[in-house]
Amino acid sequence: MHDTTDGPRPAVELQGVVKRFGDRSGTEVTAVDDLDLRIADGEFFSLLGPSGCGKTTTLRMIAGLELPTAGSIRIHGEEMGLRPPNRRPVNTVFQNYALFPHMTVAKNIGFGLEMRKVPTGDRAELIDWAIQLVEMGALAHRKPGQLSGGQQQRVALARALVNRPEVLLLDEPLGALDLKLRQQMQHELKTLQREVGITFVYVTHDQEEAVTMSDRIGVMHDGRLLQVDTPEAIYERPTTRFVADFIGQSNFLEATVASADEVVLANGQRLRLSSDSPSGEAVAVTVRPERLTVHRRGEAPAGLHHLEGRVETVTYLGNAIVYGIGIDWMHLDVRCPATLAVERRDVGDEVTVSFEPRHAAVVTG
Amino acid sequence: MSKGVARSTAEPQGLSRWWLRGHSLLVFVFFYAPIVVLFVFSFNDSNAVGNWKGFTLGWYEAFLDNQNVHESIWISVKVCLFSTVIAVVLGTASALALERFRWWGQKAFDAVLYLPIIIPDVTMAVMMLVFFGETAHWFNVIPGVDLTSGLEKLVLSHVAFNISFVSVVVRARLANLDASMEEAAADLYANRWQAFRRVTLPQIMPGVLGGALLAITISLDDVVVSSFVAAVGATPISVYVFGMLRKGVSPLVNSVSVVMLTASISLVLASLVFSRATGSEREERLKT
Amino acid sequence: MSVVAPPDEAQAVDGPSEVATPGLERQAERAKARQGFLLGLPAILYLLVFFVIPLGVVVAYSFATRTRSGRTELRDWNLNAYARLGDDIVLTVAWRSLWVAALTTVICILLAYPLAYFISTRSAVTRNLLLVGIMIPFWSNFLIRTYAWRVLLDSDGLVTQMVQATGLGDGRILFTTNAVILGLVYGYLPFMVLPLYAAIERIDWSLVEGARDLYANGWGAFRRVVWPLSKPGVVAGSILVFVPSFGAYVTPAILGGNKEGLLGSYIVLQFLSARNGPVGSAVSVVVLVVMLLGTLLYFRAGGKNL
Repeated sequence: MHDTTDGPRPAVELQGVVKRFGDRSGTEVTAVDDLDLRIADGEFFSLLGPSGCGKTTTLRMIAGLELPTAGSIRIHGEEMGLRPPNRRPVNTVFQNYALFPHMTVAKNIGFGLEMRKVPTGDRAELIDWAIQLVEMGALAHRKPGQLSGGQQQRVALARALVNRPEVLLLDEPLGALDLKLRQQMQHELKTLQREVGITFVYVTHDQEEAVTMSDRIGVMHDGRLLQVDTPEAIYERPTTRFVADFIGQSNFLEATVASADEVVLANGQRLRLSSDSPSGEAVAVTVRPERLTVHRRGEAPAGLHHLEGRVETVTYLGNAIVYGIGIDWMHLDVRCPATLAVERRDVGDEVTVSFEPRHAAVVTG
Repeated sequence: MSKGVARSTAEPQGLSRWWLRGHSLLVFVFFYAPIVVLFVFSFNDSNAVGNWKGFTLGWYEAFLDNQNVHESIWISVKVCLFSTVIAVVLGTASALALERFRWWGQKAFDAVLYLPIIIPDVTMAVMMLVFFGETAHWFNVIPGVDLTSGLEKLVLSHVAFNISFVSVVVRARLANLDASMEEAAADLYANRWQAFRRVTLPQIMPGVLGGALLAITISLDDVVVSSFVAAVGATPISVYVFGMLRKGVSPLVNSVSVVMLTASISLVLASLVFSRATGSEREERLKT
Repeated sequence: MSVVAPPDEAQAVDGPSEVATPGLERQAERAKARQGFLLGLPAILYLLVFFVIPLGVVVAYSFATRTRSGRTELRDWNLNAYARLGDDIVLTVAWRSLWVAALTTVICILLAYPLAYFISTRSAVTRNLLLVGIMIPFWSNFLIRTYAWRVLLDSDGLVTQMVQATGLGDGRILFTTNAVILGLVYGYLPFMVLPLYAAIERIDWSLVEGARDLYANGWGAFRRVVWPLSKPGVVAGSILVFVPSFGAYVTPAILGGNKEGLLGSYIVLQFLSARNGPVGSAVSVVVLVVMLLGTLLYFRAGGKNL
């Protein structure tokens, strides 16, 4: 296979992975459908998608907590097959932390080392390192019930990291924390990952979280992996309508593919945009609200794409103003910085909306 | 808290409020008066149980002197211990099998497991009587087994109904235990046995102890099944007392009864204190 | 990692589409199912030998032949024992058992409901204390608690004397069906209080407030809101009281008279005195079927715990 020749061996490699759950009535649900994915060594990779998209199932299959119905999972080239979780070189931070309530923080953290029969001396040293790593030194002898949510989260992290796994799997670890703490932990997690240099596979439904922390993101929907790319590429050049809609907000202009580098909007206007879809296929042109600019009718600079419309709503957000603009066959949101330098528009103003070609993307679905 | 505010509306006002209080008080009197009277009359210096004739410890002396009573108590303790240990092991294993695995025939086993709980004592007793009657000679072929002695039959039949009670109690506890605990243990390199021993068992321990307490109580309480399978020389105390009662009331029964009652009440209180201690520890943890 | 990969692994790395692992999942599921079955196996075997087979023997007995000497022999299968169930004596005893159990259940509801309601409207501390007060008789020795009534109801017992003093009658109820009902109520009342308490305690009291807000008076709010919501508890408690009362043996043996036996006593009589195994077995089978139906009813009504 080509990966043996170009580039290093991936930390995690999934090939044709399928997971079907049969319920008691005999109907089968496909949770993960023909998934191919390679996660590079040392990467912070996020699986992002709404609940029920199969991201957690994928993570659990890597951990060995579920077995795939079909397909192969390899970790650093080694086929996992039927290997039970306790014999895989990965560790998991569970969504609800799953700390053992009858053990102290130190005992929780040392559990994996103890099971692997790490000598007592080394064990104490490693536990110390992990406790320092997550700054829980003062609380080592508390039990999980005596800790706050954020503290429990750190213990869960330390309990997994202390084993120096080849890959660390995190299942919505920040989901139970409040917003402030979540933002702080996002930052800490990213720093920690750089520090220890372990591959992180991070499952979340929070697009902001994924964008902030990840080197790459895989967006999942209905058991399928729709797009895998850097946060910036996913945001700027989504390939499907679902991705564009799920990551941030976007406008969608119905269009048809005319040729490899031209699409026709619903009003007949032609835009020079390249797409992979065959001619005649119905697509949408997506532009982020903040990539649009509003001008007085006819004053828009040349060289940009133009759309003519009328201001219908004006929403003041403090740092920004969102104009709702009706163009003759649909509605667009435009987000402008609310600075004094920018001229305000009022409801009813006839305007021209412009955008740079590179800020628009053609999406399918 | 809002619940506390709402509670005051739940309590009826005026006359019905006092009626409710009076009624509840009377029911508690109904619960405890017979026990208190029994206790008091066990010190009654009279052959008749009803009339108070003065204080004596004579019936307790009679209790201490009665060799048959001692033997019966000893039989009860042995039957209770053996049957509880076996029932706890088998019941806990079956609770795990039912709650944590899916296998063929599981539903049928689950249904059969409920039967000993709902079956009337008398039916169970008849079952054991005819079963041992038909098969004892086959069991006796096995070296070291002698079902004529009665003790083995008592243990075997007590285990038969206690497995179910232990299983139900442990299963309830297991159902409340987050399955991700066991997954976390497996993720941290524990094999199935280590995960059970180090993570599952400590957390279901209150359930296992509760099941054991239930098994002990039911074993000591049982009269009907035991009297059907007991043999001469192996009469548990409940059967012995039952026999005395049927022959006619003797104040000796009072002292024996008070001893048995004290034993069972202290068992309950001990378990309540124990569960309170662990419970309050948990509460304290939640507070900090 | 070994430098030389085993052949199957090497192939897995090489062939992109041949790496699928169909059947692995099923294989693992089967292994896990086998583990679960093995874990349950000791209990399965035990209950098979010491419960299911004995039950089968009783059923077999009910179709078996009784010899002149009173032995039951497993041959010449017949329905004679079941035919005997139509006898007047059996029907009388069955009917008496039925209404004794029913009356016991109704009295228990009447005594337990207000108490359970009272307990669930107390503050947390009082509530726990009162519950302990219920738990103690619940867990205490049943035989001894029944015997205590023998002491009270004896011809010169405390209750008898009190009744005589008030002039309401001679107070002699020992060895009557009334004494049996009293004993059964006393024995099984905790079985009624606890599920009732569990049901009432769970009620969202803001619903009662809502009803009061909608101009229901106290009684109206109770009848329209509290009672319907506590019904599962009533059903659960009723089954828990009715089932053991119906098959009771100890209570009638201690407090009841010789002439007014119940089904439990009748079964014992068939085995120990009349030496009629088939009839005793047939009655046992019928009692068991009644219990099973009652319990099914309980589960149908949404009950979960016993």
